[in-house]
Amino acid sequence: MIQTDILIIGAGPTGLFAVFEAGLLQLKCHLIDALPQPGGQCAEIYPKKPIYDIPGFPEVLAGDLVDNLMKQIEPFQPGFTLGERADTIEKLEDGSFIVTTNKGTQHKAPIVAIAGGLGSFEPRKPLLENLKKYEDNGVSYMVKDPEVYRDKKVVIAGGGDSALDWSIFLADVASEVTLVHRRNEFRGALDSVEKVQQLKNKGKINLITPAEIEGLNGEDKLESVLIRKKTTAIEDITLEVDHFIALFGLSPKLGPIGDWGLEIEKNAIKVDTFDYQTNVPGIYAIGDINTYNGKLKLILCGFHEATLMCQSAYQRIFPDKKYVMKYTTVGGVTGFDGSKKEAPKAVVKAID
Amino acid sequence: MSDIKIKITDREGVTHEVDAPTDMNMNLMEVVRSYELAPEGTIGVCGGMAMCASCQCYVKSDHVLPEMSDDEDAMLAEAFNVEDNSRLGCQIHMTEDLDGLEVELAPES
Repeated sequence: MIQTDILIIGAGPTGLFAVFEAGLLQLKCHLIDALPQPGGQCAEIYPKKPIYDIPGFPEVLAGDLVDNLMKQIEPFQPGFTLGERADTIEKLEDGSFIVTTNKGTQHKAPIVAIAGGLGSFEPRKPLLENLKKYEDNGVSYMVKDPEVYRDKKVVIAGGGDSALDWSIFLADVASEVTLVHRRNEFRGALDSVEKVQQLKNKGKINLITPAEIEGLNGEDKLESVLIRKKTTAIEDITLEVDHFIALFGLSPKLGPIGDWGLEIEKNAIKVDTFDYQTNVPGIYAIGDINTYNGKLKLILCGFHEATLMCQSAYQRIFPDKKYVMKYTTVGGVTGFDGSKKEAPKAVVKAID
Repeated sequence: MSDIKIKITDREGVTHEVDAPTDMNMNLMEVVRSYELAPEGTIGVCGGMAMCASCQCYVKSDHVLPEMSDDEDAMLAEAFNVEDNSRLGCQIHMTEDLDGLEVELAPES
Protein backbone atom coordinates (compact mmCIF):
# COMPACT_ATOMS: atom_id res chain seq x y z
CA MET A 1 0.00 0.00 0.00
CA ILE A 2 1.27 3.43 -0.98
CA GLN A 3 1.28 5.87 1.96
CA THR A 4 1.59 9.62 1.77
CA ASP A 5 0.47 12.83 3.46
CA ILE A 6 -1.63 14.31 0.66
CA LEU A 7 -3.02 12.03 -2.00
CA ILE A 8 -3.69 14.14 -5.08
CA ILE A 9 -6.08 12.83 -7.70
CA GLY A 10 -5.18 14.38 -11.02
CA ALA A 11 -1.68 15.31 -12.20
CA GLY A 12 -2.60 18.46 -14.12
CA PRO A 13 -1.03 21.85 -13.38
CA THR A 14 -3.08 22.37 -10.21
CA GLY A 15 -2.24 18.94 -8.80
CA LEU A 16 1.43 19.36 -9.66
CA PHE A 17 1.68 22.78 -8.03
CA ALA A 18 0.00 21.42 -4.90
CA VAL A 19 3.07 19.18 -4.50
CA PHE A 20 5.24 22.29 -4.28
CA GLU A 21 3.10 24.07 -1.72
CA ALA A 22 2.79 20.87 0.32
CA GLY A 23 6.56 20.40 0.11
CA LEU A 24 7.19 23.82 1.63
CA LEU A 25 5.21 22.54 4.61
CA GLN A 26 7.23 19.30 4.61
CA LEU A 27 4.20 17.29 3.52
CA LYS A 28 4.70 14.49 1.00
CA CYS A 29 2.42 13.94 -1.97
CA HIS A 30 1.46 11.13 -4.29
CA LEU A 31 -0.52 11.68 -7.49
CA ILE A 32 -2.93 9.39 -9.34
CA ASP A 33 -3.86 10.08 -12.95
CA ALA A 34 -5.79 8.10 -15.54
CA LEU A 35 -3.50 9.37 -18.27
CA PRO A 36 -0.11 7.74 -18.82
CA GLN A 37 1.80 11.03 -18.37
CA PRO A 38 1.56 13.99 -15.99
CA GLY A 39 0.17 17.32 -17.17
CA GLY A 40 -3.54 16.63 -17.56
CA GLN A 41 -5.27 18.55 -20.35
CA CYS A 42 -2.13 20.64 -20.91
CA ALA A 43 -0.21 17.54 -21.92
CA GLU A 44 -3.03 15.51 -23.45
CA ILE A 45 -5.15 18.02 -25.37
CA TYR A 46 -3.09 21.10 -26.10
CA PRO A 47 0.65 20.74 -25.35
CA LYS A 48 1.57 23.03 -28.25
CA LYS A 49 -0.89 25.81 -27.45
CA PRO A 50 0.48 29.00 -25.91
CA ILE A 51 -1.06 30.21 -22.63
CA TYR A 52 -0.93 33.95 -21.97
CA ASP A 53 -2.38 34.31 -18.48
CA ILE A 54 0.13 32.54 -16.26
CA PRO A 55 1.44 35.33 -14.02
CA GLY A 56 5.04 36.12 -14.86
CA PHE A 57 4.96 34.28 -18.18
CA PRO A 58 3.98 36.56 -21.07
CA GLU A 59 3.63 33.39 -23.15
CA VAL A 60 4.22 29.75 -22.30
CA LEU A 61 3.36 26.56 -24.17
CA ALA A 62 1.08 24.29 -22.15
CA GLY A 63 3.60 21.46 -22.50
CA ASP A 64 6.44 23.69 -21.29
CA LEU A 65 4.37 24.79 -18.30
CA VAL A 66 4.01 21.14 -17.32
CA ASP A 67 7.77 20.56 -17.78
CA ASN A 68 8.50 23.60 -15.60
CA LEU A 69 6.10 22.44 -12.89
CA MET A 70 7.70 18.98 -12.90
CA LYS A 71 11.09 20.64 -12.44
CA GLN A 72 9.76 22.89 -9.69
CA ILE A 73 8.39 19.97 -7.65
CA GLU A 74 11.30 17.61 -8.26
CA PRO A 75 12.94 18.32 -4.85
CA PHE A 76 9.75 17.13 -3.18
CA GLN A 77 9.92 13.69 -4.79
CA PRO A 78 6.23 13.14 -5.53
CA GLY A 79 5.08 9.60 -6.23
CA PHE A 80 2.96 8.84 -9.28
CA THR A 81 0.37 6.20 -10.09
CA LEU A 82 -0.19 6.88 -13.79
CA GLY A 83 -2.53 5.22 -16.27
CA GLU A 84 -4.90 4.25 -13.45
CA ARG A 85 -8.19 5.81 -12.49
CA ALA A 86 -9.11 6.45 -8.86
CA ASP A 87 -12.23 4.36 -8.39
CA THR A 88 -13.20 3.98 -4.76
CA ILE A 89 -12.58 5.75 -1.49
CA GLU A 90 -12.94 4.36 2.00
CA LYS A 91 -12.71 6.30 5.25
CA LEU A 92 -10.89 4.52 8.07
CA GLU A 93 -11.61 4.93 11.78
CA ASP A 94 -8.52 7.07 12.31
CA GLY A 95 -9.94 9.57 9.78
CA SER A 96 -7.56 8.65 6.97
CA PHE A 97 -8.63 7.46 3.55
CA ILE A 98 -7.85 4.52 1.29
CA VAL A 99 -8.22 5.22 -2.42
CA THR A 100 -8.17 2.25 -4.77
CA THR A 101 -7.64 2.49 -8.52
CA ASN A 102 -9.33 0.53 -11.28
CA LYS A 103 -6.22 -1.68 -11.33
CA GLY A 104 -6.41 -2.35 -7.60
CA THR A 105 -3.52 -0.12 -6.49
CA GLN A 106 -4.21 1.10 -2.95
CA HIS A 107 -3.19 4.46 -1.51
CA LYS A 108 -3.52 5.62 2.10
CA ALA A 109 -3.42 9.24 3.21
CA PRO A 110 -4.93 11.49 5.88
CA ILE A 111 -5.78 14.06 3.18
CA VAL A 112 -7.23 13.57 -0.30
CA ALA A 113 -7.09 16.48 -2.74
CA ILE A 114 -9.13 16.00 -5.89
CA ALA A 115 -7.51 18.01 -8.68
CA GLY A 116 -9.31 16.07 -11.37
CA GLY A 117 -9.89 18.87 -13.88
CA LEU A 118 -12.64 17.83 -16.25
CA GLY A 119 -12.65 14.31 -14.87
CA SER A 120 -10.77 11.29 -16.09
CA PHE A 121 -10.21 10.88 -19.78
CA GLU A 122 -12.24 7.98 -21.11
CA PRO A 123 -12.21 6.68 -24.68
CA ARG A 124 -15.03 7.97 -26.86
CA LYS A 125 -17.10 5.04 -28.00
CA PRO A 126 -18.77 4.76 -31.39
CA LEU A 127 -22.56 4.71 -31.42
CA LEU A 128 -23.16 1.09 -32.35
CA GLU A 129 -26.11 -0.92 -31.16
CA ASN A 130 -24.50 -4.10 -29.87
CA LEU A 131 -21.19 -2.54 -28.90
CA LYS A 132 -21.35 -3.62 -25.24
CA LYS A 133 -21.75 -7.27 -26.19
CA TYR A 134 -18.37 -7.33 -27.90
CA GLU A 135 -16.39 -5.20 -25.44
CA ASP A 136 -13.46 -7.40 -24.36
CA ASN A 137 -14.75 -9.92 -26.94
CA GLY A 138 -13.08 -8.34 -29.92
CA VAL A 139 -13.85 -4.65 -29.46
CA SER A 140 -11.42 -2.38 -27.62
CA TYR A 141 -10.74 1.33 -27.33
CA MET A 142 -7.04 1.29 -26.70
CA VAL A 143 -4.11 -0.99 -27.34
CA LYS A 144 -2.83 -2.34 -24.07
CA ASP A 145 -0.78 -5.29 -25.28
CA PRO A 146 0.01 -5.37 -29.01
CA GLU A 147 0.83 -9.10 -28.81
CA VAL A 148 -2.90 -9.79 -28.47
CA TYR A 149 -3.17 -8.94 -32.17
CA ARG A 150 -0.34 -11.14 -33.42
CA ASP A 151 -1.44 -12.97 -36.59
CA LYS A 152 -5.01 -11.72 -36.16
CA LYS A 153 -7.22 -9.75 -38.49
CA VAL A 154 -7.63 -6.24 -37.11
CA VAL A 155 -9.77 -3.30 -38.16
CA ILE A 156 -8.93 0.12 -36.75
CA ALA A 157 -11.27 3.11 -36.94
CA GLY A 158 -10.28 6.74 -36.42
CA GLY A 159 -8.49 9.59 -38.11
CA GLY A 160 -6.02 10.91 -35.56
CA ASP A 161 -2.51 10.10 -34.43
CA SER A 162 -3.37 7.03 -32.41
CA ALA A 163 -5.28 5.42 -35.31
CA LEU A 164 -2.34 6.11 -37.63
CA ASP A 165 0.35 5.04 -35.20
CA TRP A 166 -1.31 1.78 -34.22
CA SER A 167 -2.07 0.94 -37.85
CA ILE A 168 1.64 1.36 -38.60
CA PHE A 169 2.72 -0.64 -35.59
CA LEU A 170 0.25 -3.48 -36.05
CA ALA A 171 1.01 -3.77 -39.78
CA ASP A 172 4.03 -5.83 -38.71
CA VAL A 173 2.22 -7.76 -35.99
CA ALA A 174 -1.26 -8.59 -37.20
CA SER A 175 -1.98 -10.79 -40.21
CA GLU A 176 -4.22 -8.11 -41.69
CA VAL A 177 -4.73 -4.43 -40.81
CA THR A 178 -7.64 -2.40 -42.16
CA LEU A 179 -7.90 1.29 -41.37
CA VAL A 180 -11.33 2.89 -41.70
CA HIS A 181 -11.90 6.63 -41.49
CA ARG A 182 -14.82 8.88 -42.27
CA ARG A 183 -12.67 11.19 -44.38
CA ASN A 184 -9.92 10.78 -46.91
CA GLU A 185 -7.84 13.19 -44.87
CA PHE A 186 -6.11 12.20 -41.65
CA ARG A 187 -5.11 14.51 -38.84
CA GLY A 188 -1.77 13.44 -37.50
CA ALA A 189 1.97 13.96 -37.58
CA LEU A 190 3.11 14.30 -41.18
CA ASP A 191 5.49 11.34 -41.07
CA SER A 192 2.75 9.09 -39.67
CA VAL A 193 0.47 10.02 -42.54
CA GLU A 194 3.27 9.37 -45.04
CA LYS A 195 4.17 6.06 -43.42
CA VAL A 196 0.58 4.86 -43.69
CA GLN A 197 0.59 5.90 -47.34
CA GLN A 198 3.73 3.78 -47.94
CA LEU A 199 2.28 0.80 -46.11
CA LYS A 200 -0.92 1.15 -48.08
CA ASN A 201 1.04 1.19 -51.34
CA LYS A 202 2.89 -1.93 -50.24
CA GLY A 203 -0.43 -3.61 -49.46
CA LYS A 204 0.39 -3.93 -45.76
CA ILE A 205 -2.48 -1.69 -44.67
CA ASN A 206 -5.88 -1.96 -46.22
CA LEU A 207 -7.28 1.57 -46.26
CA ILE A 208 -11.02 2.16 -46.59
CA THR A 209 -12.11 5.83 -46.79
CA PRO A 210 -14.44 7.66 -46.62
CA ALA A 211 -16.22 5.01 -44.63
CA GLU A 212 -17.62 4.15 -41.25
CA ILE A 213 -18.15 0.99 -39.28
CA GLU A 214 -21.91 0.58 -39.07
CA GLY A 215 -22.40 -2.87 -37.63
CA LEU A 216 -20.79 -5.62 -35.55
CA ASN A 217 -21.53 -9.31 -36.02
CA GLY A 218 -20.55 -12.54 -34.37
CA GLU A 219 -21.94 -15.35 -32.23
CA ASP A 220 -20.16 -14.88 -28.89
CA LYS A 221 -17.22 -12.85 -30.01
CA LEU A 222 -16.66 -10.43 -32.86
CA GLU A 223 -16.43 -12.20 -36.20
CA SER A 224 -17.06 -9.48 -38.76
CA VAL A 225 -17.84 -5.80 -39.15
CA LEU A 226 -20.06 -3.99 -41.61
CA ILE A 227 -18.22 -1.13 -43.27
CA ARG A 228 -20.25 1.46 -45.14
CA LYS A 229 -18.23 3.24 -47.76
CA LYS A 230 -19.65 6.67 -48.53
CA THR A 231 -18.34 7.62 -51.94
CA THR A 232 -20.71 8.66 -54.71
CA ALA A 233 -22.67 5.45 -54.26
CA ILE A 234 -22.98 3.84 -50.87
CA GLU A 235 -21.18 0.53 -50.73
CA ASP A 236 -21.48 -1.97 -47.89
CA ILE A 237 -18.54 -4.23 -47.17
CA THR A 238 -18.59 -7.11 -44.72
CA LEU A 239 -15.10 -7.67 -43.43
CA GLU A 240 -14.09 -10.70 -41.40
CA VAL A 241 -12.07 -9.59 -38.38
CA ASP A 242 -10.93 -10.85 -35.02
CA HIS A 243 -10.53 -7.40 -33.49
CA PHE A 244 -12.01 -3.94 -33.87
CA ILE A 245 -10.03 -1.13 -32.26
CA ALA A 246 -12.03 2.11 -32.11
CA LEU A 247 -9.68 5.08 -31.65
CA PHE A 248 -11.90 8.16 -31.57
CA GLY A 249 -9.96 10.10 -28.96
CA LEU A 250 -10.68 10.70 -25.32
CA SER A 251 -13.36 12.66 -23.59
CA PRO A 252 -13.36 13.65 -19.94
CA LYS A 253 -15.95 12.22 -17.58
CA LEU A 254 -16.42 12.93 -13.89
CA GLY A 255 -16.60 9.16 -13.50
CA PRO A 256 -16.49 7.28 -10.19
CA ILE A 257 -15.63 10.40 -8.17
CA GLY A 258 -19.26 11.35 -8.72
CA ASP A 259 -20.22 8.47 -6.39
CA TRP A 260 -17.95 9.39 -3.50
CA GLY A 261 -20.68 11.11 -1.51
CA LEU A 262 -19.45 14.57 -2.42
CA GLU A 263 -21.83 17.40 -3.11
CA ILE A 264 -21.96 17.84 -6.89
CA GLU A 265 -23.28 20.86 -8.77
CA LYS A 266 -22.98 21.49 -12.51
CA ASN A 267 -20.73 18.46 -12.99
CA ALA A 268 -18.30 19.87 -10.43
CA ILE A 269 -17.60 19.37 -6.72
CA LYS A 270 -18.88 22.02 -4.34
CA VAL A 271 -16.28 23.42 -1.96
CA ASP A 272 -15.97 25.96 0.81
CA THR A 273 -13.77 28.80 -0.44
CA PHE A 274 -12.21 29.11 3.02
CA ASP A 275 -9.93 26.16 2.27
CA TYR A 276 -11.48 24.34 -0.74
CA GLN A 277 -12.68 21.48 1.43
CA THR A 278 -15.65 19.45 0.23
CA ASN A 279 -18.63 18.40 2.33
CA VAL A 280 -16.49 15.44 3.48
CA PRO A 281 -13.85 16.68 5.97
CA GLY A 282 -10.37 15.75 4.80
CA ILE A 283 -11.35 15.63 1.13
CA TYR A 284 -10.54 18.78 -0.80
CA ALA A 285 -11.25 19.70 -4.43
CA ILE A 286 -9.03 22.17 -6.28
CA GLY A 287 -8.78 23.47 -9.84
CA ASP A 288 -11.29 22.99 -12.63
CA ILE A 289 -13.12 20.16 -10.84
CA ASN A 290 -14.52 22.35 -8.07
CA THR A 291 -17.24 24.94 -8.07
CA TYR A 292 -18.20 27.84 -5.84
CA ASN A 293 -19.72 31.27 -6.23
CA GLY A 294 -17.61 33.17 -8.73
CA LYS A 295 -15.56 30.15 -9.80
CA LEU A 296 -13.30 30.64 -12.81
CA LYS A 297 -11.69 27.64 -14.46
CA LEU A 298 -8.23 29.12 -14.81
CA ILE A 299 -4.86 27.53 -14.10
CA LEU A 300 -3.86 30.53 -12.03
CA CYS A 301 -6.94 30.11 -9.82
CA GLY A 302 -6.06 26.42 -9.41
CA PHE A 303 -2.62 27.44 -8.12
CA HIS A 304 -4.19 29.70 -5.52
CA GLU A 305 -6.65 27.01 -4.46
CA ALA A 306 -3.85 24.45 -4.16
CA THR A 307 -1.92 26.81 -1.88
CA LEU A 308 -4.80 27.42 0.53
CA MET A 309 -5.68 23.73 0.49
CA CYS A 310 -2.16 22.80 1.65
CA GLN A 311 -2.30 25.23 4.59
CA SER A 312 -5.59 23.73 5.71
CA ALA A 313 -4.30 20.18 5.19
CA TYR A 314 -1.29 20.95 7.37
CA GLN A 315 -3.51 22.10 10.20
CA ARG A 316 -5.67 19.00 9.87
CA ILE A 317 -2.64 16.73 10.09
CA PHE A 318 -0.93 18.71 12.87
CA PRO A 319 -3.74 20.44 14.77
CA ASP A 320 -1.50 21.41 17.69
CA LYS A 321 1.50 22.71 15.79
CA LYS A 322 2.08 26.44 15.64
CA TYR A 323 2.93 27.59 12.17
CA VAL A 324 3.14 30.76 10.11
CA MET A 325 3.56 30.88 6.36
CA LYS A 326 7.13 31.55 5.29
CA TYR A 327 8.21 33.21 2.06
CA THR A 328 10.52 31.21 -0.19
CA THR A 329 12.71 34.32 -0.41
CA VAL A 330 13.25 33.95 3.33
CA GLY A 331 13.10 30.23 3.96
CA GLY A 332 14.35 28.97 0.61
CA VAL A 333 13.28 25.54 -0.61
CA THR A 334 14.49 22.45 1.19
CA GLY A 335 13.79 19.32 -0.79
CA PHE A 336 13.17 15.83 0.57
CA ASP A 337 16.11 14.82 -1.60
CA GLY A 338 18.46 16.88 0.58
CA SER A 339 18.70 19.71 -1.93
CA LYS A 340 18.50 23.25 -0.68
CA LYS A 341 17.81 26.39 -2.65
CA GLU A 342 17.98 29.77 -0.99
CA ALA A 343 18.65 33.40 -1.68
CA PRO A 344 22.37 34.21 -1.61
CA LYS A 345 23.37 35.94 1.58
CA ALA A 346 24.22 39.60 1.32
CA VAL A 347 27.86 40.34 1.87
CA VAL A 348 28.72 42.56 4.82
CA LYS A 349 32.05 44.09 4.11
CA ALA A 350 33.49 47.53 4.51
CA ILE A 351 34.52 49.43 1.42
CA ASP A 352 37.84 51.15 1.87
CA MET B 1 -22.60 47.31 -32.41
CA SER B 2 -25.77 45.80 -31.12
CA ASP B 3 -27.17 42.53 -29.97
CA ILE B 4 -28.44 40.01 -32.48
CA LYS B 5 -31.22 37.50 -32.03
CA ILE B 6 -30.48 33.83 -32.48
CA LYS B 7 -32.62 30.73 -32.04
CA ILE B 8 -31.02 27.81 -30.24
CA THR B 9 -32.75 24.46 -29.89
CA ASP B 10 -31.35 22.64 -26.85
CA ARG B 11 -30.73 18.91 -26.50
CA GLU B 12 -34.24 18.41 -25.11
CA GLY B 13 -35.73 19.92 -28.25
CA VAL B 14 -36.77 23.22 -26.65
CA THR B 15 -36.12 26.29 -28.78
CA HIS B 16 -34.86 29.44 -27.09
CA GLU B 17 -34.66 32.84 -28.74
CA VAL B 18 -31.77 34.70 -27.15
CA ASP B 19 -29.92 37.97 -27.51
CA ALA B 20 -26.26 37.58 -28.33
CA PRO B 21 -23.84 40.49 -28.01
CA THR B 22 -21.60 41.14 -31.00
CA ASP B 23 -19.13 43.32 -29.12
CA MET B 24 -17.92 40.83 -26.51
CA ASN B 25 -15.80 38.59 -28.75
CA MET B 26 -18.22 35.78 -27.99
CA ASN B 27 -18.78 32.61 -29.96
CA LEU B 28 -21.90 30.48 -30.20
CA MET B 29 -20.66 27.95 -27.63
CA GLU B 30 -20.16 30.76 -25.13
CA VAL B 31 -23.61 32.16 -25.85
CA VAL B 32 -25.11 28.73 -25.09
CA ARG B 33 -23.12 28.56 -21.85
CA SER B 34 -24.02 32.10 -20.80
CA TYR B 35 -27.72 31.24 -21.07
CA GLU B 36 -27.07 27.79 -19.52
CA LEU B 37 -28.89 26.02 -22.35
CA ALA B 38 -26.74 22.92 -21.77
CA PRO B 39 -25.38 21.77 -18.40
CA GLU B 40 -21.89 22.97 -17.50
CA GLY B 41 -19.37 20.25 -18.24
CA THR B 42 -21.30 18.99 -21.26
CA ILE B 43 -20.45 21.84 -23.62
CA GLY B 44 -17.26 23.75 -24.33
CA VAL B 45 -15.19 21.11 -22.59
CA CYS B 46 -11.92 22.10 -24.31
CA GLY B 47 -12.66 25.77 -23.74
CA GLY B 48 -13.16 26.64 -27.39
CA MET B 49 -10.03 25.32 -29.11
CA ALA B 50 -11.92 23.09 -31.58
CA MET B 51 -10.40 20.15 -29.74
CA CYS B 52 -13.48 18.39 -28.48
CA ALA B 53 -16.82 18.26 -30.20
CA SER B 54 -19.00 19.03 -27.21
CA CYS B 55 -20.33 22.22 -28.83
CA GLN B 56 -21.29 20.58 -32.11
CA CYS B 57 -24.49 22.04 -33.52
CA TYR B 58 -26.59 21.78 -36.65
CA VAL B 59 -27.08 25.02 -38.54
CA LYS B 60 -30.73 25.26 -39.60
CA SER B 61 -30.83 28.67 -41.29
CA ASP B 62 -29.02 29.58 -44.51
CA HIS B 63 -26.63 32.18 -43.08
CA VAL B 64 -23.20 32.47 -44.60
CA LEU B 65 -20.88 31.23 -41.88
CA PRO B 66 -17.14 31.73 -41.51
CA GLU B 67 -15.20 29.11 -43.44
CA MET B 68 -14.21 26.01 -41.52
CA SER B 69 -10.63 25.91 -40.28
CA ASP B 70 -8.57 22.73 -40.71
CA ASP B 71 -8.83 22.17 -36.97
CA GLU B 72 -12.62 22.33 -36.98
CA ASP B 73 -12.85 20.16 -40.09
CA ALA B 74 -10.58 17.52 -38.58
CA MET B 75 -12.43 17.53 -35.27
CA LEU B 76 -15.77 17.04 -37.01
CA ALA B 77 -14.22 14.14 -38.93
CA GLU B 78 -13.76 12.35 -35.62
CA ALA B 79 -16.95 13.40 -33.87
CA PHE B 80 -20.20 11.42 -33.72
CA ASN B 81 -23.66 12.34 -35.04
CA VAL B 82 -22.07 14.55 -37.68
CA GLU B 83 -24.35 15.85 -40.43
CA ASP B 84 -23.66 18.00 -43.47
CA ASN B 85 -24.78 21.09 -41.53
CA SER B 86 -22.64 20.33 -38.47
CA ARG B 87 -20.40 23.04 -37.09
CA LEU B 88 -18.53 23.59 -33.85
CA GLY B 89 -20.23 26.39 -31.94
CA CYS B 90 -16.91 27.63 -30.58
CA GLN B 91 -15.77 28.49 -34.10
CA ILE B 92 -18.79 30.65 -34.91
CA HIS B 93 -18.22 34.21 -33.71
CA MET B 94 -21.17 36.44 -33.10
CA THR B 95 -21.30 39.11 -35.78
CA GLU B 96 -24.14 41.29 -37.02
CA ASP B 97 -24.39 39.15 -40.17
CA LEU B 98 -25.61 36.28 -38.04
CA ASP B 99 -28.80 38.01 -36.86
CA GLY B 100 -31.60 35.47 -37.05
CA LEU B 101 -29.29 32.44 -36.96
CA GLU B 102 -31.02 29.16 -36.09
CA VAL B 103 -29.09 26.24 -34.66
CA GLU B 104 -29.76 22.99 -32.85
CA LEU B 105 -27.32 21.46 -30.36
CA ALA B 106 -26.07 18.01 -31.33
CA PRO B 107 -26.56 15.20 -28.77
CA GLU B 108 -24.05 14.91 -25.97
CA SER B 109 -21.39 12.31 -26.65
